[in-house]
Amino acid sequence: MSRKLPHKDVVIVGFGWVGSIMAQELTDEGLEVIAIERGPWRDTATDYPPTYDQDELRYRIRHELFLRPDQTTFTFRNKMNQTALPIRTWGAFMPPNGVGGGGVHWNAETWRFLPSDFVLKTHLTERYGADFLPSDMTIQDWGVTYEELEPHYDRFEYLCGTSGTAGNLQGQIQEGGNPFEGPRSRPYPNPAQPQPFSHTLFGKAARELGYKPFPQPSGNMSQAYTNPLGVRLGPCTYCGFCEWFGCGNYSKASPQTTILPVLIRKSNFTVRDNSEVVRINLDPSGKTAAGVTFVDTSGEEWEQPADIVIVSAYAIFNAQLMLLSGIGKPYDPLTGEGVMGRNFTHQTISDAVGFFDNTKFNFNPFIASGSIGMCIDEFNGDNFDHGPHGFVGGGYMGQVQSNGRPIETTPVPSGTPRWGAEWKAAVRDNYLSSVKPGTGVHGSFYSYRDVYLDLDPIYKDRFNRPLMRMTIDFHDNELKQNAFLTDRFAEIIQAMGAKKVDKEYRQGPYDITKYQTTHLCGGVIMGTDPRTSAVNRYLQSWDVPNLFVVGASAFPQNAGYNPTGTVAALAYWAAAAIREQYLKNPGVLIHA
Amino acid sequence: MRLRRRDFLLTTAAILGGSHIALADSISGSLPWEPDAGIPPERIKLGSWLYFTSEEARTVEALADRIIPPDPATPGGKDAGCAVYLDRQLAGPYGSQHGLYVKPPFLKGLKQQGPQTEDGPAQVYRKGLAALNRYSSQGQDGKVFAELTGERQDEILKGLESGKLQLPEADGQAFFEALLKDIQQGFFADPIYGGNRDMVAWRMIGFPGARYNYRDWVNRHNERYPLPPVGITGRPEWTPKKS
Repeated sequence: MSRKLPHKDVVIVGFGWVGSIMAQELTDEGLEVIAIERGPWRDTATDYPPTYDQDELRYRIRHELFLRPDQTTFTFRNKMNQTALPIRTWGAFMPPNGVGGGGVHWNAETWRFLPSDFVLKTHLTERYGADFLPSDMTIQDWGVTYEELEPHYDRFEYLCGTSGTAGNLQGQIQEGGNPFEGPRSRPYPNPAQPQPFSHTLFGKAARELGYKPFPQPSGNMSQAYTNPLGVRLGPCTYCGFCEWFGCGNYSKASPQTTILPVLIRKSNFTVRDNSEVVRINLDPSGKTAAGVTFVDTSGEEWEQPADIVIVSAYAIFNAQLMLLSGIGKPYDPLTGEGVMGRNFTHQTISDAVGFFDNTKFNFNPFIASGSIGMCIDEFNGDNFDHGPHGFVGGGYMGQVQSNGRPIETTPVPSGTPRWGAEWKAAVRDNYLSSVKPGTGVHGSFYSYRDVYLDLDPIYKDRFNRPLMRMTIDFHDNELKQNAFLTDRFAEIIQAMGAKKVDKEYRQGPYDITKYQTTHLCGGVIMGTDPRTSAVNRYLQSWDVPNLFVVGASAFPQNAGYNPTGTVAALAYWAAAAIREQYLKNPGVLIHA
Repeated sequence: MRLRRRDFLLTTAAILGGSHIALADSISGSLPWEPDAGIPPERIKLGSWLYFTSEEARTVEALADRIIPPDPATPGGKDAGCAVYLDRQLAGPYGSQHGLYVKPPFLKGLKQQGPQTEDGPAQVYRKGLAALNRYSSQGQDGKVFAELTGERQDEILKGLESGKLQLPEADGQAFFEALLKDIQQGFFADPIYGGNRDMVAWRMIGFPGARYNYRDWVNRHNERYPLPPVGITGRPEWTPKKS
């Protein structure tokens, strides 16, 4: 039996970037808001103080700040005719846990998607014809456009103090920025971060090859910054412990460093930590959410009634909660019908590692921030003619090396033994003079009929609920894309003056043990047609109008950028729809 | 009433790297704040083995010195403390798969589906080390692994690495992969964990450790960073030796 808590106007499930933004916006509207978070409260002093946050073993290798698979995990298989097995320890991606979510330990790479990314199906069909796309590719338009999201991207960047160089100001192309980006209404709030040696050298080599390199947009502060809420961040120290780590220096944009100090003081806001929402409750009509049920650390079950339910957990958990709550028709890959679990995607990442003459090059790889780097965007989205290449999609590429931490970043040239005296000497001789971008090629992952999410028939979580089952593999389109992009990338690394370049192509089958990024997307996608999308263009459930599902779960397919900027823009966009439209007239915002 | 976070954490997670489970709480009005609420890492204590038997430890030290052999400038895996590191890790949450998903059934899967074995690292080493010594002492060598020549030890390791050499009653290749990863991680991790003694690995490559602030250096291109490494707990010479 669950105990009933006092009614609230809004309950938010998952308290990362999206939950924090939604809470901030809706409490500003005067609503009583409660957020429920599976993991613990997190903050600098308690979880990653500067006295010991630079601990590679604890945070990177042993996953200190992440979800534990014994709390919950996923099962995985490549193909529908295989048996999915549980992910027992994290590999290909790392789900976050706790207040702030992935915003605590991200690199803070803060990109916008291209205008054409939001109308992808229409754009590609018009340019290349419908026959150019693989027949089992299920890409869709988003139902929202870049122009509509622009003010919301802008709000997030000013919240975060994003450091960068604008490439397109109100249609005017700017020297030194990304000339392919959509028009932005004003410059970044902070200038770009200065670039260390290898990153600068990459920019120079790319320019000499005819590309237009620009600094990666960064949520690491290039200077002290006070955001519009009055919260202050300090300048980044380039300590080289950013992704996987919390920032001990208040220099990385996170909910903790941009929103929470203001939000938590509001009398109409509460957050419950260490409490896991187990289902969304519907009223007897099945068309209205009554609230949510959650379980706390003592095993006690609580019911939180609310007028509006916002689901804002990690993408794949959003889909799981919808399926476990029986909302929306589960996707069936055989018929292509149903929506919940549809269009699950990830990213197509590869790398090229450059080895340089150590008597001439000293890169000090340990001097870096999380989103440091020089990038090019010539091969992203549809920025180039795909006609001759026989694939669609692309990605940005760059020297975005964020660290020289020695467990992870001690590369040796291919052909070197993996251990013994020769290995040891190669580690010593190459550490300071190699370039290992990590996610050098950051490619898109488009959606397919047989890449999807559903509930696993065998494996259960600690509450005896079915785990989510991921059926995912790389398709030829993405592998071709990756081969082409990796070759272009390696040419630039070579042009930096490398004596040897090792290309690390992404190859099939999709491997759950090999880290790519944590950018899992889709499963509860947005769109214009309730037969092929779970939420409308305002992230409102087609079936349950007082339920909004916000996050990368809404991406109909994944673009060649890091998703957080777009996830946050969607949160502001959904919040604006609730504030400006829904509250005036609660109900269906779009009549299909 | 809220149990003080630190008190609770100390009772549930005495060893770092484990799951830090705090009690559910409702937070509003102000940022939760308590002094000394963090959980600093605990430096390992030198002394007797916590997990390994002395025979196992001897074998691991020999293995560590083949994976990372000593050279005139830098000690090998044994003297860098990699066996001590591994011993303490296996005695802690890592050894027992704390926090990992260990529910059955354990079905044999494809390589890309990741490890699906019931045994955690502690068991993998117990079985693997025993099998390795059984192989070498009962086979053509007639001696335990630690007593073989370096050349012969390398030959055996190469056999395990390639999968050509099968150990009795243990997955030799999986054992080798665990060993390679753990010994190298111990070599490069912060010295508080027992390996990388006196930051020998960091000195070897030129990693300055937990330096925290390179703002003065980000624009100094192609210059060798001049300062020696520091660990989380500083440098040995900062701490006067107790007599």
